[in-house]
Amino acid sequence: MRAYTFTQPRGVREALADAGTDTAFLAGGTTLVDLMKLDVVTPARVVDINRLPLRGITLDRDGLHIGALERMSDVAADRNVRRDYPMIAQALELSASAQLRNMASIGGNLLQRTRCGYFRDVTTPCNKREPGSGCSALTGINRTHAILGTSDACVATHPSDLAVALVALGTDVHLVSGQGTRTVPLDTFYTLPGSTPHLENVLRPGELIAGITVPRSMWAANSVYLKIRDRQSYEFALTSAAVAVEWRGRTIRQARIAAGGVGTKPWRLPAVESALAGQPATADVFEAAVSAAADGARPLSHNGFKPALLRRTLVRALTVLAESR
Amino acid sequence: MNPNDDDGQGRSGVARRSVLGGGAAAALAIPLLQGGAPAAQAAPVAEAASVELVTVKVKVNGKPVTVRVDPRVTLLDTLREELELTGTKKGCDRGQCGACTVHVDGRRVLSCLTLVATVDEREVTTIEGLARGDVLHPMQQAFIERDGLQCGFCTPGQIMSAVGMVQEGPARTDDEIRERMSGNICRCSCYPFIVDAIRDAQKVMR
Repeated sequence: MRAYTFTQPRGVREALADAGTDTAFLAGGTTLVDLMKLDVVTPARVVDINRLPLRGITLDRDGLHIGALERMSDVAADRNVRRDYPMIAQALELSASAQLRNMASIGGNLLQRTRCGYFRDVTTPCNKREPGSGCSALTGINRTHAILGTSDACVATHPSDLAVALVALGTDVHLVSGQGTRTVPLDTFYTLPGSTPHLENVLRPGELIAGITVPRSMWAANSVYLKIRDRQSYEFALTSAAVAVEWRGRTIRQARIAAGGVGTKPWRLPAVESALAGQPATADVFEAAVSAAADGARPLSHNGFKPALLRRTLVRALTVLAESR
Repeated sequence: MNPNDDDGQGRSGVARRSVLGGGAAAALAIPLLQGGAPAAQAAPVAEAASVELVTVKVKVNGKPVTVRVDPRVTLLDTLREELELTGTKKGCDRGQCGACTVHVDGRRVLSCLTLVATVDEREVTTIEGLARGDVLHPMQQAFIERDGLQCGFCTPGQIMSAVGMVQEGPARTDDEIRERMSGNICRCSCYPFIVDAIRDAQKVMR
């Protein structure tokens, strides 16, 4: 691991002072320490932010507010989250392992880096790690890689389950920097790789996630997160579906849907949402609505199964949700 | 496996670790704590020399200790190389196998991905801190009775993780035990007996 200067500030202002392109903020460390050991991430300064007051899981008229330093396990166990936003608790509990969930923060989860094996291997070209060096996954082992939002420069998936659920629910992310605070929809917080896959979001150098707000809605309480993977536990998604529905009797008044494991960012599916609005919850409706879910997909040599798996994942999630009413 | 074999203070007085501890391990401790990585991947000396050490005050198995360390050093390396608590194992060192599981403030975490600087003013419990004198923790006893190990390398992590799991709330089914223990890999594949041991132990744990 490369040498870095290390500070443990107690206040946000202190933490942000002098923070820039060479700075890494350390919370749970489950991504950062791992990638520093691999020489994939080599900050000159590490700021331990665990003493900052970015805590709290509260529910009010506006929705659910979660401080960036809350741990995955604590959010998953929160009574309000489990009752009013079940897919958030499910996405968290289907992530990583119990030890990692006890460590990893919500802010860090949203910023975790891809699990593309070439990104993690400094001996191979990777545009995300080393801009301009090329993409090894395009012609390499790419079974787990993305089919949506890809470019010739990068086909890496975004690994977070939580982010998929949060994007489906229209979550806002609150950012703080030396220049002040701003709020950005999580969906547009993430950027597509294009020709600059090393840039994954709109976070500016030295800017920090302070927390998130998940709005109140008529659908969040009727939601499910379904994750399909190579083994039953402790594995990243091949595909996943975050589905929330507002019901009117047996009819879908409106739905909110996003997919994971398939996109270079959490993948909202507005066309599927529109196709479901006002429709009865039947198998035929589900099949028809998801038929276009993978339109525009660019499967790679090893992941041609993903478009069909995505459609089936969505149908099953909708079916599970309809049957649980 | 005799639980005392590897703790450096076996009652025989000639435990494997105490033999090693006087030689190779002690020699390793100094470059490790200043260089921040095992010898095989040690940082260049010149780079290491510029690193400002941090002081960490932490309670380990109830005992207050103070260490001065390179800020790159993990809790795992500090436990093993500085404090000679070698019950905690280094498996993958990448947060994937669970062998390094310890408790920080009562929660099970991976010590290989925890920088020791971040446990300043906190409490750490390792496998060495589970027994009460000569009385094994119910989870340790259950692993012995159910034969929940072969080579034993993953066992301290399995046991620390299992104790943490039960403290979070007992599992209702074997499937739930498997799911909640999925962060601990056993290369000998003793999973059925590990599940048996946890099912037994959670009946007597409070």
